[in-house]
Amino acid sequence: MKKQKDPHPPRWAQRLLAWYCKPELLEDLEGDLNEYFRRNLKNKSIARARIIYVIDVLKFFRLYTIRKPEFINLLIHFIMLVSYIKTSGRNIVRNKLFSSINIVGLSISMSVGLIMISMLWDLFSYDRFHENHDRIYRIISKYQFLDHKDNSFMATTSLKAAKAIKEEFSGIEDVAIFGWAFNGDVSYNDKTIPLSGFWANEAVFKVFSFELLQGNPATALKQPFAIVLTEKSAKKMFGDVDALGKTINLKDKQYTITGIVKDVPTFSHIKFDMLTSLSTREVLEKNNKHEMAWNNIWSTWAYVLMPPRADLNTFQQELNKLSEREDKTIKHTHIQLALQPLTNIMAGENLNNQIGTTIGSTVVWILGSLSFIVILSACFNYTNLSIARSLRRSREVGIRKSIGALKSHVVSQFIVESVFISLLALLVAFGLFLVIRPHFISLESSLQMLKLQLTPALVLLFILFAIMVGVLAGLFPALFFSRINAVQVLKNLGSVPVLKGLTLRKVLIVFQYSLSIIAITATLIIYKQYKHFISFDLGFSTANILNISLKDNKAELLIKELSELPEVKGISQSLLVTSVGNYWGVHMKNPNNPTDSAGVYYNSVDENYLPLHNHELIAGNNFTANTQDSIETEVIVNQHVLKRFNIAEQNPAKAIGEVVKVDGKDLRIIGVIKNFEYGKVNNNSGKEVIIRYLKEKPRHLNVKILSADWPATYAELEAIWKKIDPVHPFEAKFYDDQIEEAFNGLKAAMKLGGFLAVLVICIASVGLLGMVIFTTETRLKEISIRKVMGASERGLLYLLSKSFLTLLLIAASIALPLIYFFFQQVLFPEIANHAPLNLSELFVGVIAVLLLALVIIGTQTFKVARTNPAEILKSE
Amino acid sequence: MKGSNLGEFEELVLLTVAALVNDAYSVGICDELTKYTGREVKLGVVHAVLNRLEDKGLVKSSLGEATNVRGGKRKRYYTVTNAGKASLLKAKEVRDQLWSLIPDFGFKAI
Repeated sequence: MKKQKDPHPPRWAQRLLAWYCKPELLEDLEGDLNEYFRRNLKNKSIARARIIYVIDVLKFFRLYTIRKPEFINLLIHFIMLVSYIKTSGRNIVRNKLFSSINIVGLSISMSVGLIMISMLWDLFSYDRFHENHDRIYRIISKYQFLDHKDNSFMATTSLKAAKAIKEEFSGIEDVAIFGWAFNGDVSYNDKTIPLSGFWANEAVFKVFSFELLQGNPATALKQPFAIVLTEKSAKKMFGDVDALGKTINLKDKQYTITGIVKDVPTFSHIKFDMLTSLSTREVLEKNNKHEMAWNNIWSTWAYVLMPPRADLNTFQQELNKLSEREDKTIKHTHIQLALQPLTNIMAGENLNNQIGTTIGSTVVWILGSLSFIVILSACFNYTNLSIARSLRRSREVGIRKSIGALKSHVVSQFIVESVFISLLALLVAFGLFLVIRPHFISLESSLQMLKLQLTPALVLLFILFAIMVGVLAGLFPALFFSRINAVQVLKNLGSVPVLKGLTLRKVLIVFQYSLSIIAITATLIIYKQYKHFISFDLGFSTANILNISLKDNKAELLIKELSELPEVKGISQSLLVTSVGNYWGVHMKNPNNPTDSAGVYYNSVDENYLPLHNHELIAGNNFTANTQDSIETEVIVNQHVLKRFNIAEQNPAKAIGEVVKVDGKDLRIIGVIKNFEYGKVNNNSGKEVIIRYLKEKPRHLNVKILSADWPATYAELEAIWKKIDPVHPFEAKFYDDQIEEAFNGLKAAMKLGGFLAVLVICIASVGLLGMVIFTTETRLKEISIRKVMGASERGLLYLLSKSFLTLLLIAASIALPLIYFFFQQVLFPEIANHAPLNLSELFVGVIAVLLLALVIIGTQTFKVARTNPAEILKSE
Repeated sequence: MKGSNLGEFEELVLLTVAALVNDAYSVGICDELTKYTGREVKLGVVHAVLNRLEDKGLVKSSLGEATNVRGGKRKRYYTVTNAGKASLLKAKEVRDQLWSLIPDFGFKAI
C-alpha cells in the first residue's frame, strides 16, 4: 500500500520510452531512470524530479536505443493490404445499410470540404502568375485626423507617396502606380465601345508580368495620352486590323495606342480593359492642387518591386520617415504607410478601397470553420457507428488476433477499411460538388471571381483529403478494436467495453439535434421574411412596370419611339428607382422654425410618374407638364414630412400652399402623398420623402407594359434601344424583379441556411441511427427475456425509444428558446416592417426534425421488439 | 567499427567496469566515474558507451535481480571480457612506453 502513495514519474514519458525503445534495452533504461528519479526526489521537488525524468527520456532517444522497424512486419502489412481491401469490400456489401449510411454521411460533408479546398486553391493561386510575385508589395495607408484614427489600413495610398518612394527610396527595383479610374466610351471613327481601366505608369510592365504582345514595355505608358488596350478590347474595337499606332477618342481627348497587352488572367486581382499613361494626368490635372496632396490617399495603388532578399524592416523605417516628413504639410493629419505582400491581397485582411473585388480572410475563416465542424461531425458519426457495430466485428478481431495478428495489423485493417469507405464517399461527394458548385458561386457576388475549376493537382488534393478524412474517422475505431483481448472476446462477447463514453455520445446527439433544429427553423423564418418583404405593400404599385436605365441618352427620343409600341401603356421618367435601396438626400428647413433643418430623401420625377405608379394623393394635385429648364417652384411631400416639421398641424389639406426651403430654394407644396417605402422595406431610414419635378437628365424610364408575348416585346424594346444607343447594352428590369434582387442577400442567407440545415440534419440522423442500433443491439437479450416474461410490443417500443425521445426533447428545448431569443430580441428590433414571428414557424421545423428522428428510432426498435425471443436466447 | 582502439572516455568506463568487478551496472559506473574524475558524468553518455563497448565485444552483460529502488526493474551487470582486458592492457602498455620516453618529466613539471 505504501508503494501506491510514492510519487511516480510522469506516465506519458514512461509510455513514450516504452514506445520508442528497443525491447532488449527497455528494462535496463527504465530501471536506471527510476533509480535517478528516486535519488532526485530526496533533494529536489517532485515537479523538478519529473522534469528531469522527462528530459532524460528525451535524451535517451538515440540511434542505438530506437526500435528498428521490422522488415518482416512491413512485408506482412504490404501482403495483407490486398486482404484488408477484400475484407473491407465484403464488410461493405454485407452491411449495406451501415455502409450506405456511412458513405452518404461522409460524402455530404466531404462535398463541403471539396468546395472549401477548391476555393482555397483558387484564392491562393491568385496573382501567382506574376514572375516576381514573391517580391511585390503593395503600399497601404492608414488615415488619422486629430484623434480620429481609422481602424484598418486602406489598400490605396497617395500619389505623392507613390512618387516619393519611386524617386527617393534606394534599395527598390521599381514602383508600379495605378490610378482610379479610367473609364468611358472609347470611339474610333464611328464605332464606340465602353471600356474600363486605370491610369498606370510605365513600371507596370516591369513590376507585373502582364505580357505586352505589341509595343515596347519600357515606353508604352511613358508619354501623355498613350493608351494600352487588351487583346480583347482591341479586337472588339478594330476587328482584325492592326490597332497599334491608331488614335482613339475618349471624353473629347485623343489617345494613341502604344501597346496591346494580353488579356488579364482570371486570377489577377487587378482587372482592366485598358491602361492609360499616368503622365496624362499631369497634363489634365495641372491646376488641381489636391492631385499631389499628401492626404489624397483614396485613389492610387502603388506596388513596389523589391530586390531579392530585401530588408523589409529598413524599408518600413524609411516609410515612417517619409510620413513624418510629409505629415507636416497637412494639419492634424497623420498617415501611416505599410507594406502588404502581393500574394496576401486576395485572401488577406479585408481592406477598404481595393482595386478590384477581393474575398478576404473573414469569409475564408467562416466558411473554413463551418466545413471543419461539418467534417468533424461526420467523422465522429463514422466512429460512433463503427464502435456500435463492434459487437459483430469484435469476434472477427478476436479470431484474427488468436491466429497471430498483431495490434498494428488490426489497426491498419480498420484504417484501410475507413479509407476505402471515404474514397467511395469521395466519388459521391465529387458528384455533389459538381452539383453544388454553380449554386455556391452564385451565392454571393464576391464569390463570382472563383472558378473552382478542376485541375489534376486539385483532384490529387481531393484524394489526399479523402484519405485524411478516412484516417481521421477510422483512427479511433481502429485503436478500439486493436485493444480487444482475444481470449475474453472469444469466451464472452459481453466483455467488450462498448459502454464507455455513452454520456459523451448522448451530449453529441443533443448538440447535433439542437444544431439541426436551429438551422432548419432559422431557414424557415428567413424564408418567411423574404417572401414577406418581396410582396410587401410598398404604398404604390409596381406591377408591370419596366425600368430602363437610360445611360446618358436623351429620354425624349426613346419615349417617342417606345410610345409607338401598342404594348406600352404609359411612360414616366425618374431620377431613381425607389424601394430597392437607393437613397438621394437633400437638406430641408423647417418653415415653422428657421433654426431647425433636417435631411429628407427625394426622387425627381415627371408629371406621369405618380399616376403610373398609383401613388395616392391625399390632398392637392400632381405636377403639371413643365419644361425642364424652368425654375423649380413646386414640391410634393409625404405625410412623414408634415409630421417631422409639423407643417399646418399635420393637416394635409391645409399644408397645400405652404412654402418650404429645400436645397436653398423656396418650394411651394402642391400635393401631399400617402407614405410609401422609399428605401428598402427592411430599413428604418427613408421615412420623410419629397417628390420634386425633374430638372436634370432622368436616369430611368418607367414603362408600363401589358404584353401577351413578353420575349417578343423585349426584343422589340431592345431593337429600339439599339437604334438610339448602339454602344451600351440594353438594361431593363421589371420593378418586381428589382425588388427581389434588392433582397438577394437574404436569399443567399436562405440558400446557405437551407443547405446547412439539410447537411446537419443528414449528419445528425446518421448519428442517431448509429446510436439507436447500438443500444438496441446491446439490449437484445434483455428484450428477449422481457418478451418471454410477457412484455407487450408497445411497451417495449416505448422502453427502447424513451431515452432517445428525452434527448430530442432536450435538444428542442435548447434550440427553440435560442432561436426565439435571437430573432425576437437581437435581430428583429433592427429590421423594420418584419413579419411577426409565429409559433407555427418555430414548430414546423422542430416537428419535421422530430418526425424524421422518430422514423429512425421507430423502424429500428420495432425490428428488435418483433424479434422472436427464442431465436436470441437459443444462440446464447 | 573503429577497431579495438579505445577512446579516452571508453577507456575510463572500461576501467571502471573492471574496478567494480561484480557490481558494475550503469548507475553504479556513473557514480564511480563522477567520484574519481570529478567531472559530472551523464547517464545517457555512459549508456551509449557501454552499448558501444558491448558491440565491440569488450564487455558482456547479464540481467541481475529486481530491486524496489528501480521500480521493480532488473539491473544489467557488465563484466570485462578477455578482449576487453587485452585492449586495456594494450592501452596501458602504449602509455607506459610513451612515459618512459620522457626523462624526468615529472620533476620538471613540479
